[in-house]
Amino acid sequence: MPSLHIQNARVIDPASKRDSVGDLFIKDGKIVASLSATEKKKAKKIDAQGLVACPGLVDIHVHFREPGQMHKETIETGSRAAAAGGFTSVVCMPNTAPVADTAGTIQQIKDSIARTACIKVYQTGCITVGMKGQALAPIGSLKRAGVIAITDDGDCVQSNDLMRRACEYAKMFDLPLMDHCQDHSMTVGAVMNEGAVSTRLGLKGWPNAAEDIIVSRNVILATYTGAHIHMQHISSKNSVEILRRAKARGISVTAEATPHHIALTDEACGTYDTHFKMNPPLRTEEDRLAIIEGLRDGTLDILATDHAPHTDYEKDKEFDYAPNGILGLETALAVSLEILVRKNKFKLATVVDLFTRKPAQLLKLEAGTLAVGAPADICLFDPDEKWTYDAKAGFSKSSNSPWHGQELRGRVKTTIVNGKVVFANGKIG
Amino acid sequence: MPWTRHHLITLEELSLHEIEQIHATAAAFKKILGRSVKKVPALRGKTIVNLFLEPSTRTRMAFDMAAKRLSADVIAFDGSSSSTTKGETLRDTAENIAALGADMIVIRHAAAGSPLYLSKILGIPVINAGDGSHEHPTQGLLDTFTMREHLGSLKGRKVVILGDILFSRVARSNIHALVKFGANVTIVGPSTLVPRTFEPLGVTVSHDLRSALSDADVVMLLRIQHERQTAGMFPSLGEYTGLFGLNKTRAGWLNPKAIIMHPGPINRGVEIDSELADGDRSVILEQVTNGIAVRMAVLYLCSGGQPENVVSSD
Repeated sequence: MPSLHIQNARVIDPASKRDSVGDLFIKDGKIVASLSATEKKKAKKIDAQGLVACPGLVDIHVHFREPGQMHKETIETGSRAAAAGGFTSVVCMPNTAPVADTAGTIQQIKDSIARTACIKVYQTGCITVGMKGQALAPIGSLKRAGVIAITDDGDCVQSNDLMRRACEYAKMFDLPLMDHCQDHSMTVGAVMNEGAVSTRLGLKGWPNAAEDIIVSRNVILATYTGAHIHMQHISSKNSVEILRRAKARGISVTAEATPHHIALTDEACGTYDTHFKMNPPLRTEEDRLAIIEGLRDGTLDILATDHAPHTDYEKDKEFDYAPNGILGLETALAVSLEILVRKNKFKLATVVDLFTRKPAQLLKLEAGTLAVGAPADICLFDPDEKWTYDAKAGFSKSSNSPWHGQELRGRVKTTIVNGKVVFANGKIG
Repeated sequence: MPWTRHHLITLEELSLHEIEQIHATAAAFKKILGRSVKKVPALRGKTIVNLFLEPSTRTRMAFDMAAKRLSADVIAFDGSSSSTTKGETLRDTAENIAALGADMIVIRHAAAGSPLYLSKILGIPVINAGDGSHEHPTQGLLDTFTMREHLGSLKGRKVVILGDILFSRVARSNIHALVKFGANVTIVGPSTLVPRTFEPLGVTVSHDLRSALSDADVVMLLRIQHERQTAGMFPSLGEYTGLFGLNKTRAGWLNPKAIIMHPGPINRGVEIDSELADGDRSVILEQVTNGIAVRMAVLYLCSGGQPENVVSSD
């Protein structure tokens, strides 16, 4: 593998508090302080004039649909979409078919990752058997098989007692629990945020209270058991406030926000376009702004995409019947730069932090830094380049994106994993 | 301004002028319906498919009757959001119907937004005959048509809609039309079925029947389907009737000339006392009759007809 010499980049590495124009050197897949004169001569040079070089992005919430739903996405296509979006580490959810609730399924997924992934792909396991919320999955075996967290994402453990036991048990293995916070009894048949828009459209509403109740429940259980509970895709203003208070008390909870929840509101559902249907749903402007403030003050720890591919024919339905979820990986950085940096005056380094050091730290991944000795996982992007996103020409197997056909600003140019260029000039490999 | 729409999806998107055009056209058709020969050749040679994917009696019969009065051929396609149970999507079902040579589709569907979805896919006119809890535009048109026959101008009139508003497409379509006509609309019923989230539509939300009904010019009752969607939204039908059922005493709070409306089917003794339903102030059967003329107008206009050509077309 040739050494790499990235020249004249604006290097942003929140982990080492670096934000300055300079060079990066990579040897044997690791970041090094410099190269010898002979090594420099032989090194592959990447001119990064005008580009930002940051740690490869980390997304701890993706759905790669393998095994069982490979018509939507595979580990191969999903990891390519991730690379094109600047991501070098992602964490897959276990709601596959079958769900990832046994060591055998985890091993099958790991084999496929080893064979087909172009970036680092990590796997989670289920909290409950069959993701049915009735009995604990073999969490010890899952841990031994290599899962880095447990979650019933897509679903939410409804029984408080079972969730309590899961917390206690997972803590023994130092495994975080990631929870999709939704009280099912309050959301039967719900397809969008409950409010003035759902009332006008005649669609069944999903009240933010159904999220707030489970977020509160999880704060209480994290307090009681000491387990680390990570709240996925927070969408409600009240939930942000509940988490803010919990964190002030030092409780072991963390939380994520998605690019779509900071960019869009339920008004987007006005034409029944199913590319705006996801779970939790887009909420009101008030909620959207509260999530942005939660990211600003650290109440919400990280950004994560909830990349959820579905085929055209599955999404091409009546709003009530279309599946939840949208793509995220290829647009996450551009959308977040637009909303957080340009519209809400976040520092560029803060957004990089939300996508790199913080998510890596949250799940203790070896990622998210450009410190000497770290794996050379790097994203080079132009923060200002305008481009039109064509979801159908993207790398995901699906194209269910609300940003299809739109002009975005901020474009990933090169993605490097362990010192190897996996994405450059719009191409993989 | 000529009529330009090919689809009728919502009343929300229609202008007041367009609603008045439909009403004027319906008034012309209503005259024709009073003759001994009730049929006109306006849509001769056209085929209309009634794609009813949710149970319906009167709306379906009214569309059927309206199409036949216009000399169209009518094909009924019934189901329970149906072929979907065989795995066929709504898109495929509709494209097949269009490929058979249908000139227009009238759709009733349990999913809100499905007529809009079809109108974007198909090259033929789509008429919404009720989509979930969203809209039922022809019902809103015939209700306001009936109100105007009795009250003249609706501007400043107090119209009360009473019952299950939350799940009612009839309520939503009426609200949109009435607000455009300048009526003062009050929606009333239990707080679980009449949420404040309706306020942005321009209505007054009330849970106090007496103040709501007082001096009202129109009271429109909505069917309470306690066995289905409203289960758990209030304790019992008995309690509902006790609090919100329209009886003789409560009807006394209305303006003495007020009319009583109901889109049907009625639950006698639940939302309305039986004798009030049959009384002088009830216009419930007029609504049904007007439903034919209004639907003739909608089918005719969306097929390319113009309001002023109705009389010469027979």
